[in-house]
Amino acid sequence: MTGNDLFQIVLYFGALLLLAKPLGIYMARVYEGEQFLPVRIIGPVERIFYRLCGIHQDEEMDWKQYAVAVLVFSAGGMLLLYLLQRFQGVLPLNPQKFPAVSPDLAFNTSVSFVTNTNWQDYGGETTMSYLTQMTGLTMQNFVSASAGMAVLVAVLRGFKRHSAKTIGNFWVDLTRSALYILIPLSVIYSLLLVSQGVVQSFSGYKRVALTQAITYNTAKLDDKGNPVRDAGGNPVTEKAEIKEQVIPMGPAASQIAIKQLGTNGGGFFNVNSAHPFENPTPFSNFLEVLAILLIPAALCATFGRMVGDMRQGRALFAAMLLVLIAFTALCTWSEQHGNPRFAAMGIDQTASALQPGGNMEGKEARFGIANSALWATTTTAASNGSVNSMHDSFTPLGGLFPMLLIQLGEIIFGGVGSGLYGMLIFAIITVFVAGLMVGRTPEYLGKKIEMFEMKMASLVILIVNALVKIGAAIGVSTKAGVAGVSNPGPHGFSEILYAFSSAANNNGSAFAGLSGNTVFYNTALGIAMFLGRFWVIIPVLAIAGSLAKKKQVPASLGTLPTHTPLFVAFLIGVILIVGALSFMPGLALGPIAEQLLMGR
Amino acid sequence: MFAIIRNAFMSLLLFTALTGIIYPLAVTGLAQTVFPYKANGSIITRDGKPIGSALIGQQFEDPKYFWGRLSATTPYPYNGGASSGSNLGPNNPELMKAVQARIHALRTADPTNQQKIPVDLVTASGSGLDPHISPAAAEYQVRRVAKARGLEETTVRALVAKETQGRWLGILGEPVVNVLKLNIALEELPKKKTMRVVP
Repeated sequence: MTGNDLFQIVLYFGALLLLAKPLGIYMARVYEGEQFLPVRIIGPVERIFYRLCGIHQDEEMDWKQYAVAVLVFSAGGMLLLYLLQRFQGVLPLNPQKFPAVSPDLAFNTSVSFVTNTNWQDYGGETTMSYLTQMTGLTMQNFVSASAGMAVLVAVLRGFKRHSAKTIGNFWVDLTRSALYILIPLSVIYSLLLVSQGVVQSFSGYKRVALTQAITYNTAKLDDKGNPVRDAGGNPVTEKAEIKEQVIPMGPAASQIAIKQLGTNGGGFFNVNSAHPFENPTPFSNFLEVLAILLIPAALCATFGRMVGDMRQGRALFAAMLLVLIAFTALCTWSEQHGNPRFAAMGIDQTASALQPGGNMEGKEARFGIANSALWATTTTAASNGSVNSMHDSFTPLGGLFPMLLIQLGEIIFGGVGSGLYGMLIFAIITVFVAGLMVGRTPEYLGKKIEMFEMKMASLVILIVNALVKIGAAIGVSTKAGVAGVSNPGPHGFSEILYAFSSAANNNGSAFAGLSGNTVFYNTALGIAMFLGRFWVIIPVLAIAGSLAKKKQVPASLGTLPTHTPLFVAFLIGVILIVGALSFMPGLALGPIAEQLLMGR
Repeated sequence: MFAIIRNAFMSLLLFTALTGIIYPLAVTGLAQTVFPYKANGSIITRDGKPIGSALIGQQFEDPKYFWGRLSATTPYPYNGGASSGSNLGPNNPELMKAVQARIHALRTADPTNQQKIPVDLVTASGSGLDPHISPAAAEYQVRRVAKARGLEETTVRALVAKETQGRWLGILGEPVVNVLKLNIALEELPKKKTMRVVP
């Protein structure tokens, strides 16, 4: 790692630390319905919203009603997005005349966006009309993120309240997340991105004259469009010449802003934030990678404030930060080390003032190694899943760390809302393990953790784990699954394992060589995403409901303090042990086997 | 139950209007007013005709031009309509083949150049549309381009320096050279006087 790499990474985490607390406190004030300046400005819009939707702001829900509201809202969103894709061919704002999206791909995409996964089996600039991108994908980017934040707030109320039946009103939490947090931030962000060169236009794709024409070989077709074959049965090729380049357009900046801020990750273009129109400069890259962790990090402060003890939020934040910094350092080191096979070919991979060096396959020159590795680990730590380099082309160990970050359960910052409620599940498990060691009933934030909470917490971890492993097992043992693999050897297995890890944990990034746009993967990954989101939300809300009912236990001498460095270390230990035990065998067959083959 | 369905349906409808229509339209309006050049693709024109985008790379294979990164877009390189990386794993024989082919092309066009080749010049970018190469990759090509155009190496090197962008505020990203802009600048150099033949 060069000095400048280190400096850029330190600067990044510094900016994150600086912004997390004020934003987190702002969010807490919004969710607690405090009367302050923003409420006076946006409040009237909020009230009109409730009136039109028939929402009663003061009506409270118990955890079951809350869960039903989440599910009905999400199911409706899925249906709407599915229909939009199926009918985009006859709807307006489609200057490229894209036809309807196929049923399996439309199913996959609608599940993907409603579950805040944003797995992309489609290429944006070749599949989706502007109308679908805006009213379908951009809209779900906002509301799926808002729904995740709403569920978190409900869980926090579960900790805060005692002897209570209800945990808040889903519609209010949802609306406030969008109106007060996501929309204002996105407007600022999209303009900053346009200032760097991200496109924002409704015109059709442009054509420009090339300075040097491109000639290439293409299969010769007969009058009916079938390939012509020679006497030996081989396809005949002919020379084709290209004199113009297509320049894609679209309302990109407005979507990219929210896809980064809402830990969505579904790009406007096929290659996501590696595309020069999606992420044109080092500054746009800094803004986008900052946006990935901004809200998840700030929510730690929201948590501290809402439970009335900032130290609790700081402890969880510290645990997340330490794991992420370690993984980022390891990933950067591996990528900077480069590809040993290149060294033998007379290629210079050494970093210097004139070049970044390292493993540059699948990376952009303007980002080099440090910014690509930093993005890879933050986007997998948070359940964002956007990319600015192709993870499939990373060195084996460079690819292992992002994959393991996903497999840890998307709790190292994690998705907006979903990351922190996932982390709280791990905190509950940690106090339980600690309680077992000393033989006392475990407590967390003044609430006794009992059988019901433990059952639900175990379910959360087991369901996602099972989805990843059963999915990957089906993938490698069926013809349809193996057919999608693009790289030979252990790397092919890594592609399948990564895909199911990403889908079940709602990340959305990929080892993109895998051809995911097939009936098999569209369906299988769609199911994994759906269950990975909602079968986690239900037990999490059940815990919230159960905790809200309990009485507050005053802390005694025997209570394990949960804000100390000791607890942070213990929490990290539990996370790494659960993650490592679950996935080491799989990783040994993929990236680790590949790394061992590299030296040969 | 009916109430919940009404709440869900109406809020989906309102969110679609607010975040799916009003928000992107408002951002477009602002962007088109404040940053019209950037919002419309940073298009470079010559004599009023668009000849490229400052942000999207183009394919160059002629020795008289600087070459950019490899591009894995299909069916031909630097296809602006379908961005794509190679997605080849680090051990994939196909990757070695692509790298070897580029090394061969570079060595054939400039047989006397014995320098080690900078890695970004033989690897495919993530987008397939990378407009940049590292200054090292440009320096590697200076002699070839100068020779093919009958220019002094110092002239070409000065142009490279002019088209080199440092890190943002000296900190963020990597120093890069914009290949399309550099080649356009080469084309626009005043034509050199024909060399006098010494009898």
